[in-house]
Amino acid sequence: MFDFTEEELNRYSRHILLKDVGVEGQEKIKNAKVLVVGAGGLGSPVILYLAAAGIGTIGIIDGDVVDISNLQRQVIHTTADINRYKAESAKEKAEKINPHVKVVIYKDFLRAENALDIIKDYDFVVDGTDNFPVKFLINDACVMAGKPFSHGGILRFDGQTFTHKPGCACYRCIFNAPPPKDLVPTCSQAGVLGAIAGMLGTIQAAEVLKYFTGAGELLTDKLLTFNAKTMDFRKINVHRRDTCPICGSNPTITELIDYEQAACDLTNR
Amino acid sequence: MATHTLDITKEHCPMTFVKTKLKLAQIAEGDILEVLLTEGEPLNNVPKSAKEQGYNVLSVEHVDGNIHKVTIKK
Repeated sequence: MFDFTEEELNRYSRHILLKDVGVEGQEKIKNAKVLVVGAGGLGSPVILYLAAAGIGTIGIIDGDVVDISNLQRQVIHTTADINRYKAESAKEKAEKINPHVKVVIYKDFLRAENALDIIKDYDFVVDGTDNFPVKFLINDACVMAGKPFSHGGILRFDGQTFTHKPGCACYRCIFNAPPPKDLVPTCSQAGVLGAIAGMLGTIQAAEVLKYFTGAGELLTDKLLTFNAKTMDFRKINVHRRDTCPICGSNPTITELIDYEQAACDLTNR
Repeated sequence: MATHTLDITKEHCPMTFVKTKLKLAQIAEGDILEVLLTEGEPLNNVPKSAKEQGYNVLSVEHVDGNIHKVTIKK
């Protein structure tokens, strides 16, 4: 137990010094398996910080390739990575930061048909996606599989996040179903301030590390929102809803659904 | 109840306390850890940090030259 090498002790010294982490917490981080869905604006800081922190296994699923318009906020990719698979580009950076981390990549999108099979190998899932269909898919798959996850979303100057653990509020407890397609603009239509991807993604990475070490209180049953124009942060209490269609007493959703993508999402692929 | 020894006289901050925490994690509850360290930063910080993190520092004794022994109970 606690067989850290001299190099690892040095690398993780700032974690080990923390009372709430210590060698015990660092060992839990080392044994953790985290799936990051999307290696874009949110996935970039999440993957960088989780790799740096020494998460033992990081899964990265993204079927997209790097586009020049991504580089304004997707800081794990560089100009030289344009047209490369985001999953490959992100794996390379994660391994460069920390060669102790095992990175598993899926050059694919999370879909109803593959979701349960992929997430079953992980202890925690991070939603770094940019569209409602996949956000609901992550929620439903994680609730069905009993996996915790961190929800994250950003648009323009706004961000929101919460953490789900079995028994706590899920995405559908808060938002019953995806909004009608074309009602809500995506990042590619509405724009997003690049730096807020870092603000929200690092909150998600911190939640992952808190989950595994047990430090502090998670954003469970709390929806954190912020607006970068005013820099107002709000924490809104939310609760598991008994009538929730997926985690309530009589769930009406018993299998995963691929909701229709907004047209712009499809043309981007 | 076993007594363990740890020599961190060759270590520098923050590895002095990192090594102390590692050893404390590896020993059993109730065991004693004797830490040999040098004057200056290690002597100033290791016992203080151990106390702050909830460990029971039983004594700090001068051993020889600039070497001191800090006894901690897990």
